[in-house]
Amino acid sequence: MSKLPDVNGGGSVLSRVMRNQILIPLAALFLLAIFNLIADPSFFAITLKENNMGNPVLSGQLISIIDNGSELAILAIGMTLVTASSKGQDISVGAAVAISGSVILRVLCGTDNSPETLQAPIIVAFLVAAVASMLFGAFNGVLVAYFRIQPMVATLILFTAGRSIAAWINNNQLPIAPGEEFKVFGGFIPGIPIPTPFLIAILCFIVTWAMLKFTNIGLYSQSVGINEKTARLNGLNPELIKLATYVILGLCVAVTGLIKVSRISTINYSVIAKDIEMDTILAVALGGNSLSGGKFNMAASILGAYVIQFLTTTLYKFKVPSTALPAYKAVVVIVLVVLSAPVVREKLSRLMKKIRSSKNTAENHA
Amino acid sequence: MQQGSLLELRGIYKTFPGVKALQNVDFTLREGEIHALMGENGAGKSTLIKVLTGVHIKDEGDIFIKGHEGAVQIRSPQEAQRVGISTVYQEITLCPNLSVAENIFIGRSKGVGVKWKEMNRRSAELLDSLGIAVKPTQQLASCSIAVQQMVAIARAVDMECSVLILDEPTSSLDESEVAKLFKRRRQRKERGVGIIFVTHFLDQVYEVCDRITVLRDGQLVGEYEIESLPRLQLVSKMLGKELDDMADIKNETKTFNDDGSTPVYEAQNLCSSEGIKPFDFHIKRGEVNGFTGLLGSGRSECVRAIYGADTVTSGSVKMDGKPVKITKPKDAMKNGIAYLPEDRKRDGIVGDLSVRENIILALQVKTGFFRPFSRAKANEYAEKYIKLLDIKTASTNTPIKSLSGGNQQKVILARWLLTDPKYLILDEPTRGIDVGTKVDIQKLVLKLASEGMSVTFISSETDEMLRTCSRLIVMRDRKVVGELTGDQLTQNTIMETIAGGDRK
Repeated sequence: MSKLPDVNGGGSVLSRVMRNQILIPLAALFLLAIFNLIADPSFFAITLKENNMGNPVLSGQLISIIDNGSELAILAIGMTLVTASSKGQDISVGAAVAISGSVILRVLCGTDNSPETLQAPIIVAFLVAAVASMLFGAFNGVLVAYFRIQPMVATLILFTAGRSIAAWINNNQLPIAPGEEFKVFGGFIPGIPIPTPFLIAILCFIVTWAMLKFTNIGLYSQSVGINEKTARLNGLNPELIKLATYVILGLCVAVTGLIKVSRISTINYSVIAKDIEMDTILAVALGGNSLSGGKFNMAASILGAYVIQFLTTTLYKFKVPSTALPAYKAVVVIVLVVLSAPVVREKLSRLMKKIRSSKNTAENHA
Repeated sequence: MQQGSLLELRGIYKTFPGVKALQNVDFTLREGEIHALMGENGAGKSTLIKVLTGVHIKDEGDIFIKGHEGAVQIRSPQEAQRVGISTVYQEITLCPNLSVAENIFIGRSKGVGVKWKEMNRRSAELLDSLGIAVKPTQQLASCSIAVQQMVAIARAVDMECSVLILDEPTSSLDESEVAKLFKRRRQRKERGVGIIFVTHFLDQVYEVCDRITVLRDGQLVGEYEIESLPRLQLVSKMLGKELDDMADIKNETKTFNDDGSTPVYEAQNLCSSEGIKPFDFHIKRGEVNGFTGLLGSGRSECVRAIYGADTVTSGSVKMDGKPVKITKPKDAMKNGIAYLPEDRKRDGIVGDLSVRENIILALQVKTGFFRPFSRAKANEYAEKYIKLLDIKTASTNTPIKSLSGGNQQKVILARWLLTDPKYLILDEPTRGIDVGTKVDIQKLVLKLASEGMSVTFISSETDEMLRTCSRLIVMRDRKVVGELTGDQLTQNTIMETIAGGDRK
């Protein structure tokens, strides 16, 4: 080995960072931060207040970002794995979140629409929702892995039917979960000033980190996504691995559902987690991950999710009407995605080289 | 153009990135003849056909066609059709969701309207004349593959063409269908149409063709009258070995002392979904044997069946005398079999992953989902084999796709050696890599065998096989046709066995 260059591919620390795909969401985050800093530095103000329960809570735009970006970040974990292994995306996550939320409320409220007390422990409600979400994930997974339907087409089924199923679970009623206990998951734990959704997200990141470290899900899903034939010849079962990633995404959906319904103690079937699938896919793309599968960087996806939330919050801050929000978002997204496209990056680096070499020759002549 | 010729290609060159697919190739098709285009896979047959049909555009050279002034340009399949070149490809290139009649007439109607009745009537006549039992209105997908192939031929035959190209149309047809096809082909011959016939099956060539053009490594070997080129000569031309050249490499051949022990691996009547005839096979501890035959003879399919890479349809397998079931690669791996696939790019490498991940992949899968190697351990494995096999890579982190072909092959080899297999299958481990690496790999095979590993070695280069194998299983037309050991291990006997038929 001594004859070979440095194990990490050589180069300085800086050039190593430059090559890392996490640079893309980092750069986007940096630009957004600069923009806000110039426009209105109060964007970054964080204050400690007391909420109406008398608990100390942090508030400010940054807190709002880490709070509201949690659902997106949690879903991005599952979506990254699904993208890696099945070379496509699950567009049914929003509808699946509706189902998961509906199941939680159904278990918590029983047959009564607004009971005096919780009819079941929250943990039971969550576990039932987790099983249900994983089953729906498995349904998508089976269609993709075994029936070899394109992921977007396969998940279109649940995308279309999901919100109806969610409404049907509660007989089209809007049950309201009673008490403050359930509000904790979408609000604050008494005595802790950090929003609970962010804490849940941190927990999810730790679990994901452990999963990537202590199992081979990363190696397997990437191998399957890059070269399914090779994966099979090396003893992997590509179908099972794809299915597993969809089931994992199902679990992420269940957690998201819990946070979403806890925020308002009830559910609106047509609005809950609306369009979140597109933001989730965008988070994966923004993380510099190829949407056609294969190699992935989980941290970059998660950071991508928060960047999107940063963008949304910034736009709200500047009083962009919520109906116009998607259009503004689209413009920013186009710029980000085009700039991070390999074709453009290659062209840019070639351009840089040219400029540098012409400068050199000019200097030499002088 | 010469008198009587229908089509002339002069000095055709075609280069793909990194490959010179055709170099200065000439080809002449005369009126009314059936002309076989022969060569191993990768010899340039398909490229030549594709240049003729406008799929690829030639880099240099001229194409002349009777009835056209000067050189003609063929830039698209439509242009090829316009100058009278009609093609039947090996893969069915029809639309399965359309009816038989629609497929026959698609893209050939003039004007906007479609005369359905007329179309169906003419299709029926055509199908009838060819003896194809299918209704014109039937959906193509509902027909068997053989019938679909026949429909493709019917379509080509019906077009107003002077040159008909049949690119391995017979590989999915059975014998009676082939007979029908040949009958029709003779009728064409009488009408002055020239046919270019590409096939792997030597029998068919000698049955119907008038002339043979042989290509090798993208270059023209020669054009021969069928009578003047016996089978053995043809095989030697395709392989690029003149019979005289290979007098006695025999003294180099290996002998294996069979001690009568139980074979490490033994299969009976093994057969897979890839259309090979059931075969028996065994290998003992420390033995090196090989499958030989022309490319496409089924030698790769045999080892894929052993490894469970294709769906195994029948047969019984014993490892060390104990019956085992090997239906998928994982079963084979658990039983200590390793397989280096023929197509490195398609089946071997995981392109975007690092050299390290590519090396540990198989052992990691064997070890289990919940027991990943630590980064340090994985690096240790990778570095050990990078050193052992002298893999030239910047680091263990380098994506494998940025390595050269030979080094990629060594990484795949490292992957399997790391699993410490009892039985190693190497399918074309030396293809497309430099000479030095080739020798390294052959030496490694012999060393591994001396340490007790059983190895099955496949190579297109017969001398490599002779240098390493003590027993050769010879394949022809997807059948095992012979087994050579000891004194029989010479170039000549191998070629005679491959050629079969008339032995001169």
